[in-house]
Amino acid sequence: MNLTGAQALIKSLEQEGVETIFGLPGGAILPVYDPIRDSTIRHVLVRHEQGAGHMAEGYALATGKPGVAIVTSGPGATNIVTSIANAYMDSTPLVVITGQVASASIGTDAFQECDITGITMGITKHNFLITNAQEIPRVVAAAFHIATTGRPGPVLIDFPKDIAQTMMEWWYPESIEELDLPGYKPQIVVDQRSIEDAVALIAQAERPVLYVGGGTLKSNATRQLLAFAERTKMPVVTTLMARGAFPDSHLQHLGMPGMHGTYTAVTAIQRSDLLISLGARFDDRVTGKISAFAAGAKIIHVDIDPAEFNKVKPATVTVRSDIATALEAFEVAKATPKNLDPWWAMLNGWREKYPLVYAPTDDPALLRPQEIIEAIAASAKPGTIVSSGVGQHQMWTSQFWKFDEPRTWINSGGAGTMGFGVPAAIGAKAARPDVDVWCIDGDGCFQMTAQEIVTATSEGFPIKVAILNNAYLGMVRQWQEMFYEERFSEVFLDADLPDYVKWAESMGAVGLRARTIEEMHDAIRQANAIHDRSVVIDFRTPASEKVFPMVAAGASNDDIMVHPLQEVPS
Amino acid sequence: MTPEPFLGEVDRTPVTHHILSVLVENKAGVLARIAGLFARRGFNIYSLAVAPSEGEARFSRVTVVVDAESAPLEQIVGQLNKLINVVAITDLAPKDALERELLLATVVTDGKNRGRILGLVEMFNASIVDVDAHSLTLMLAGTPATCDELEKAMESFAEVEIHRTGRVALPRLTKTEEN
Repeated sequence: MNLTGAQALIKSLEQEGVETIFGLPGGAILPVYDPIRDSTIRHVLVRHEQGAGHMAEGYALATGKPGVAIVTSGPGATNIVTSIANAYMDSTPLVVITGQVASASIGTDAFQECDITGITMGITKHNFLITNAQEIPRVVAAAFHIATTGRPGPVLIDFPKDIAQTMMEWWYPESIEELDLPGYKPQIVVDQRSIEDAVALIAQAERPVLYVGGGTLKSNATRQLLAFAERTKMPVVTTLMARGAFPDSHLQHLGMPGMHGTYTAVTAIQRSDLLISLGARFDDRVTGKISAFAAGAKIIHVDIDPAEFNKVKPATVTVRSDIATALEAFEVAKATPKNLDPWWAMLNGWREKYPLVYAPTDDPALLRPQEIIEAIAASAKPGTIVSSGVGQHQMWTSQFWKFDEPRTWINSGGAGTMGFGVPAAIGAKAARPDVDVWCIDGDGCFQMTAQEIVTATSEGFPIKVAILNNAYLGMVRQWQEMFYEERFSEVFLDADLPDYVKWAESMGAVGLRARTIEEMHDAIRQANAIHDRSVVIDFRTPASEKVFPMVAAGASNDDIMVHPLQEVPS
Repeated sequence: MTPEPFLGEVDRTPVTHHILSVLVENKAGVLARIAGLFARRGFNIYSLAVAPSEGEARFSRVTVVVDAESAPLEQIVGQLNKLINVVAITDLAPKDALERELLLATVVTDGKNRGRILGLVEMFNASIVDVDAHSLTLMLAGTPATCDELEKAMESFAEVEIHRTGRVALPRLTKTEEN
């Protein structure tokens, strides 16, 4: 069967089981858009290429399947760079196809030409420039294989226009060997001795902590984690990327560690004698000052990516494995720590003394952001997916939404990409039309990518957006208040500009506004009753509200600042 | 700060150097991937030599001399291994490596310096590979240290152009000190 390169590309995507792609056409990718009309694949037409990337990420995070985006060359390609970088930082499986100028024009500064493989070299797991139409199936199959195996990540395929128009004889690789990847060996046999060493360390532990990272979700290890944690009685902390990997409602869960983690999670790590890292990477937002991080702990570092070992913090034992396999091996070996009762007495003491709290507003009728999140969470059906942008609202959501299921929390962790929330929520809704998707957003973030609500309306992916509108770039404002002597510099946004209600309505969504507790409950009730359109609620919140606890950047986690309400008068 | 390489120091090899022999797929952009990785992770490269590999034509061998002081060797090897086009990495500590480098030097000759040049050629066991009425080109294949010494000796000539290849290396068969 002879196909054009464009047809071969689309057929290859079908072969990989792709059901939905997010994209926006343009000159160089034009030939590829022709066979999309005849394909079983649903194409979602976005309003900005960054949105396509974040939607693909939301899709991937909600399902575990790779997200796919397709854009044109030049500015189309550079517009999706932020999403690719975001996916790279959070190890999200993504396949991004960019149009490229015709092969003969590459290197001539042709119209809408850019060296996107060069630009994305440092932010993709791998990228390809297709030079031969016959190779299209191999490259597509290799891209999906690379994106989804080992430590997942984004893969980019740059697709010159003439290749799309060249005829090829259809074929498709039937085995990994045909992918021609002699340097890529993600399948590994776990070194049994590393398991034995880990088990021996666990046996000596009196104050262990399971430090659960995003890799635990990537390897679908939540069942194994629950079994291991319950048998061993070890306390669990889940990082920002792992929220939902272990139920928040579980008594052994201490919450999130790090800069805005719970006092108990942060302090448990600091006082631990054994830290068991499961697919986490000792990010600086978790460790604080590295020399003071878990200073008395031995470390078992479990990761599929050996380059993470000893990168930030030297490990006592390294276990190269996916998390599910390692936890199963720990179970088989019946890894058991010492009696943890004294440890739990300490942990429970901290938990009682320093729960997550927030202060009442001056006027009790007015809204507090944490209260809004709790109210939405309380009204949400089990399994509701929550996305967020980046900043205060993201930290409050991670703190105050109680996650009990994996893949229900969709956020931008490593890259901290403002504007992630709305398009990621749309991608998640596209993947899971059966569940409600809330985006808890900030007013600053919302303004960055709100135009994708047009996409949500036109494509029929109704989402619910809660803007915690404090009229500021809130997290920057918080730092300026705390560390720059309240010298507020370029952080004021204006709560009424834009008019979020009108803006929402102009994009085909329902726009609501809430300034009081009564209005809040009413708006949430209305939002939950609407299923055929997106809803945007403009919640007015006080600008002075800050995220606590907090560890200042570069400070030791021992110097965690609790909420002012909990400070002991000295 | 580690010193910039290639700034005129005669002994260019840091004490902590390691030699990585990296087998890569012979694909477009693979050198950019390696160089880019070193740049963005802050690893220092002291020399780099690339040639088609001894075996299949689809592979090339890249010999990179890295400064293991700029980053732990485990990190450098770990990150390099993540490049999809990198097939295999062999790490050689200096004491276990047989290292060789090629030096070419063209010197403008006159009646006075010709004798000194020929003396150096003999002393270093170099050879003359090209000559005309006004200049000659000599070649030395030797250890990086020998090349350093010859280069230093050559710098006293008024007009000289020296090119070096960067080293290649294989594991030593014997552990005895070689001269």
